[in-house]
Amino acid sequence: MRIKALAIRIIHQFIKDKRTLALLFLAPLLVLSLMKLVFDGQAVSPAIGTVDIPPTLIEKMEQLHADVTVFANANDAQSALGSGDLDAILQLDASQPKLMLEGSDPSLNRAVLLLLQNAFQNGAASTAPTITYLHGGPDMAAFDSFGPVLIGFFSFFFVFLLAGVSFLRERTSGTLERLLATPIRRSEIVAGYLAGFGIFTLVQASLIAWFSVDVLGLYMAGSIGYMLIINLLLSLTALTLGTLLSSFASSEFQIIQFIPLVIVPQAFFSGLFNLDAMNPWLQKLSLIMPLYYGADAMQGIMIRGEGWLDFQKNVYVLIGFSLLFAILNVLALKKHRRM
Amino acid sequence: MHSLPNIPLASAPAVELKGISRHFGSHTVLQNISIAIPRGQLFGLLGPSGSGKTTLIKLMTGIDRADEGTVAMLGEPMPQLKMLQAFGYMAQADALYAELTGKQNLAFFGAMFGLKGTILQARIQRVAKLVDLTDHLNKQTSAYSGGMKRRLSLAVALLHEPQLLVLDEPTVGIDPVLRQSIWKELSALSKQGVTIIVTTHVMDEAEKCDRLGLIRGGKLIAVDTPKGIMEQSGSTTIEEAFIAFGQAGGEEA
Ligand SMILES: Nc1ncnc2c1ncn2[C@@H]1O[C@H](COP(=O)(O)OP(=O)(O)OP(=O)(O)O)[C@@H](O)[C@H]1O
Ligand SMILES: [Mg+2]
Repeated sequence: MRIKALAIRIIHQFIKDKRTLALLFLAPLLVLSLMKLVFDGQAVSPAIGTVDIPPTLIEKMEQLHADVTVFANANDAQSALGSGDLDAILQLDASQPKLMLEGSDPSLNRAVLLLLQNAFQNGAASTAPTITYLHGGPDMAAFDSFGPVLIGFFSFFFVFLLAGVSFLRERTSGTLERLLATPIRRSEIVAGYLAGFGIFTLVQASLIAWFSVDVLGLYMAGSIGYMLIINLLLSLTALTLGTLLSSFASSEFQIIQFIPLVIVPQAFFSGLFNLDAMNPWLQKLSLIMPLYYGADAMQGIMIRGEGWLDFQKNVYVLIGFSLLFAILNVLALKKHRRM
Repeated sequence: MHSLPNIPLASAPAVELKGISRHFGSHTVLQNISIAIPRGQLFGLLGPSGSGKTTLIKLMTGIDRADEGTVAMLGEPMPQLKMLQAFGYMAQADALYAELTGKQNLAFFGAMFGLKGTILQARIQRVAKLVDLTDHLNKQTSAYSGGMKRRLSLAVALLHEPQLLVLDEPTVGIDPVLRQSIWKELSALSKQGVTIIVTTHVMDEAEKCDRLGLIRGGKLIAVDTPKGIMEQSGSTTIEEAFIAFGQAGGEEA
């Protein structure tokens, strides 16, 4: 009954605070939309200068959206490359193709290399392999592959921030002291916070899931219900971790300081970046990061269409994290009242 | 009145402190304080800013813990979870939820004390009337004036009709007319057997207490009735007595 009263109080507070409500519900949608626009926009058309290249190959390159300029001699092409008008020069040198890249933008380099690879392949049609895909497909954009990770990340990030600040306010405004002067148990406080915030995180998780699949049209091979479960569990982990860490902050600004310490490393380890180049021992760090499990399950569900049996381990780990943080929360409250 | 189960000693003092000391780091804030406050007494704690009044009453309620000495409330050793039901506490800061209305604040704290339904609603109306906030109950607390917040904070402490009230400077920022009516109510509660412990800077409020404790630099320098205190120091007002005791205490320290 105290838990219910506390949950209702949090709901009342939230409804009055329209801006925070907007942050929780609309900010993730906004950021996801922006990400989609950035990563899913028009295919880049690298500007390639050619010298002595046969027209058939040029035609192939143009089919692949290259912006081809034909130069009569290598020096003109060189100066165009130097002034930034070209991204690369392709020339035949003693009937051997030679490529010179402008080189300052890695993503352009990759685009050029990929394009030429395809052009050469298509040129020798008989030797070109037929390409098949196990997951995704030729129309799968970069955003489709890391979109699931981002969905998990934003659920985690915004709930962490809000829960941390709310609990901190409770402490700095003196209301925690007053609350602790009532017969409420420490565990009831933590449970009340979970229940009150839980309702908003449920709404947030549903909104994000619906928006990314139905509006942004993210590649979705699995069940949206599973996606919701994972999103909700990630939010609960963020909630318990946020309230726990707020015990170690004395101002809103100090909560912000947790972002580079707690949130950013999780983003690195959660599958946004390929960790294969990292020392295997350092890679193991991802095992202590809640977002790693959430992102793994999310990618499994959305890209590989995994079912419960495939991702259940992640569910248990996330529940475990939430429970652990909740218990630590109850213990941390001992600092304010020992009984 | 709210009745508590299994309180063993009906005759035990409302609050009893024995040899209490409290340090913050190397700074000693309270030094060897012993005092017993009998039930039904209106007890005033008087002392300059920073003398340790707030610290002392937090120790009484079990919100804070003493480094040395023991605290007992209504015969029970403190701190104890069940004793939190026994008293109403009003902190020096108005600990209210600014986003909520006055009524929502009262309903929330009422629920914490196990009040619900029609009883809760009736109590809310009663305490609101007492502090003259009936017309403002549906207003968001962030739109309250300083005095209104103070009054709402007092109403929260009265809500569950505890047998012990611990009030930290309850009348700061409240106008003289309302202050008088609040003190009238405190006296009435005290006559009904409610123990009230109140800290104050205001001398005419001190005179209305049954008994006064003078605190200075973390030491209890005198405990007596207002009249007794004036007689002891040969002064005609509490203010003079306070200064006289303060000088004596200062020389000692
Ligand atoms: N949490 C704390 N940490 C360190 N020092 C503290 C703490 N709380 C109180 N103090 C110190 O204890 C002393 C007494 O503080 P307290 O709040 O009890 O004074 P007070 O008598 O209530 O003053 P006022 O009339 O201004 O409210 C002060 O010197 C204060 O700095
Ligand atoms: Mg004080």
